[in-house]
Amino acid sequence: MAKYDLKDDGVVVIIGSGAGGGTLANELCQKGVQVVLLEAGKHESNDSFVNDEWSSFGQITWLDSRSSSGSWRVGKDFNGLPAWICKTVGGSTTHWAGASLRIQDHEFRVKTEYGDIDGANLLDWPLTLKDLEPYYAKAEDKMGVTRTHGIPGLPGNNNFKVMHAGATKLGYKNCNTGRIAINSRPRDGRASCIQLGFCFQGCKSGAKWSTLVAEIPKAEATGKLDLRPQSHVLKIEHGKSGKVTGVVYADAEGHQHMQKARAVCVAGNSIETPRLLLNSASNQYKEGLANSSGQVGKNYMRHMTGSVYASFDEPVHMWRGTTMAGIISDESNNDPKRGFVGGYEMETLALGLPFMAAFLDPGAWGKDFTAKMDEYSHMAGMWLVGEDMPQESNTISLHANNKDQHGMPTPDVHFDDHPNDIAMREHAFKQGSAVYAAAGAKENYLVPPYPSTHNLGTCRMSAKDADGVCNAHGQTHDISNLFISDGSQFTTGAAENPTLTIVSLAIRQADFMAKQMSEKAI
Amino acid sequence: MLDLDLTRRNFLKTSGTVLIGTLASSSGVLSMLAPSQTWALELTKLDKPIGQSLLQATRHIFPHATLDDAVYAFVVKDLDVAAAGDDAVAKLLTDGVATLNAGAGGDWLAADNDKQFVVIEKMAGNEFFEKIRGTAVVSLYNNELAWAHFGYEGDAWKHGGYLTRGFNDLKWLPDPPADASPPAFSTS
Ligand SMILES: Cc1cc2nc3c(=O)[nH]c(=O)nc-3n(C[C@H](O)[C@H](O)[C@H](O)COP(=O)(O)OP(=O)(O)OC[C@H]3O[C@@H](n4cnc5c(N)ncnc54)[C@H](O)[C@@H]3O)c2cc1C
Ligand code: SF4
Repeated sequence: MAKYDLKDDGVVVIIGSGAGGGTLANELCQKGVQVVLLEAGKHESNDSFVNDEWSSFGQITWLDSRSSSGSWRVGKDFNGLPAWICKTVGGSTTHWAGASLRIQDHEFRVKTEYGDIDGANLLDWPLTLKDLEPYYAKAEDKMGVTRTHGIPGLPGNNNFKVMHAGATKLGYKNCNTGRIAINSRPRDGRASCIQLGFCFQGCKSGAKWSTLVAEIPKAEATGKLDLRPQSHVLKIEHGKSGKVTGVVYADAEGHQHMQKARAVCVAGNSIETPRLLLNSASNQYKEGLANSSGQVGKNYMRHMTGSVYASFDEPVHMWRGTTMAGIISDESNNDPKRGFVGGYEMETLALGLPFMAAFLDPGAWGKDFTAKMDEYSHMAGMWLVGEDMPQESNTISLHANNKDQHGMPTPDVHFDDHPNDIAMREHAFKQGSAVYAAAGAKENYLVPPYPSTHNLGTCRMSAKDADGVCNAHGQTHDISNLFISDGSQFTTGAAENPTLTIVSLAIRQADFMAKQMSEKAI
Repeated sequence: MLDLDLTRRNFLKTSGTVLIGTLASSSGVLSMLAPSQTWALELTKLDKPIGQSLLQATRHIFPHATLDDAVYAFVVKDLDVAAAGDDAVAKLLTDGVATLNAGAGGDWLAADNDKQFVVIEKMAGNEFFEKIRGTAVVSLYNNELAWAHFGYEGDAWKHGGYLTRGFNDLKWLPDPPADASPPAFSTS
């Protein structure tokens, strides 16, 4: 592994080692670029991961202080935990389920397709599906996504069997074990899935793609990567020219260091990325870095979500095998006749007993609650995930008083559901329940959103400087050597799980940066 | 039924395990689930009557008729640890039990089940109630005894996953076709 000097201003500094940052680091290293990858979390491994929901939660989750406000139910149920994402080398890709879907063509231009919608800050992406297709193909190959590149699908587990039986009876046509970045065959030096069912807990077998097991080791093999775990970036510095010059970070002992940089790429996930830009305000950039549009921290999206669990006379044992074992895509189109714009996916999801207790009906107690828990082994479950409306008033902002362990203002996550989100959730609950009813369910349990796992849009890309924070390559409009490299770039959310797109954008960004560097533009 | 200090002669002291006894040994799940004579909870901060009241309060908040007291005792254990670490928590719990007793005219534990419920229901949402509920929603369901009771199988890694142990053994619905759900990979 490389070791660069703090004063070395030839390195590219990447903040965050998750889907965006970890991928970008590898792509740049493969091109010979010198990279310092700063990651706030510790370096775990397949060996240190545990098959235990709460222990794992304590091991990899981002648990630094955060607050929430607004009328969303998460704000009430999980006020101090608005998002369920990671602080560990590999970021939330250690946690993710692996569902890897391309955004649909029309979802890149929703302002054009959906028209003006009250309260929604819609905008077309500055790129099209066609622009992204070659990168999607590269990402799918890199991640070993099933049902692409000739890779067979995964076998469905019991939870999927229930979904499939119901979907088929209901007349849905698109239900299968989906496109998943989990090895159905040994591939790329990693084993195939042994159906542990602890995909959210780091996947001890290594079958699941993550930047921890795939991108970062490859980047290290180039000799170009200087990975520094437990390095929490507090501020991005700039010079008189306005260009960024480096970052200040706190190490494991809390000691602060300044790492110089040729360019800085921010990939801290959509809460930390704008927090860092806002916290880096200076005399020259009073509203925070790259914020001449005022859009840093705005338009926070988290996908329309909800879950349906159902109980049956016969056992299901839904926890056995892949957490996201299959998908129904029939509702992912845009059909305003349903009473909302945009679409949603239905994906199997299983929780272990400990998490089921925590999430089934947060705050509930008494006989009604325990009667549901008694059905645990006879339950099937699905997660509903759809496009939510970007709203300027949904924001990440710096808390006026609260500070974290490094003295940095904590982020406040403000969110209100848009009426379109609510209409879509109601429809999705109805259809999810119908799927299970068709499979013979005794009872359906409609479960409110979990803390946000898909955090998007807070530094969105836009064609015009005034509408967003960065361009189609994630380069900020205001500062040419400052890049946004994670899901914060999303102009709108689309119905699909976001990670494949984050990875594709990172590959594309690496090409762009390498070109800019060779042209000495940055 | 609510004696936290049951026959001590069978206890095996296991470090790190507050519920001590044959319960904590790994002699098979079912024997572990019939522990009523062979476990005890050692409290460090709260006294026994408080512990017993908290156990019964938890039974009202999360009633599972056939779930053994030993599992509920995990919640009391965690409340005791919290009380030992923070005097404010100790006071909250002690005062809360006093309120329960007052509501039942002196001895809440001695009241019948319905009466107990009426008293505790009135406290729903208050800080004392939420402390128990918030602790119990984790502790009650986060131990191997509870997992055995509810049928959850816990750690799959040590058994090599479910690939050959029933991940797709459901027989009461038709199997999906192979294009929707291809066969599993096998090396043979
Ligand atoms: C339970 C769960 C299931 C999911 N399932 C799916 C799925 O099936 N499909 C899908 O597409 N997506 C899924 N996701 C979402 C997916 O994990 C995220 O979309 C993706 O990981 C986001 O990538 P990112 O690069 O934006 O951020 P992350 O992957 O979260 O990485 C951000 C990293 O930055 C670090 N960081 C933040 N701030 C700083 C700082 N100031 N200094 C240093 N480091 C910092 C963090 O510690 C973290 O490691 C799931 C997420 C969760 C939690
Ligand atoms: S089910 Fe497959 S992907 Fe999930 S943890 Fe197990 S081996 Fe990993």
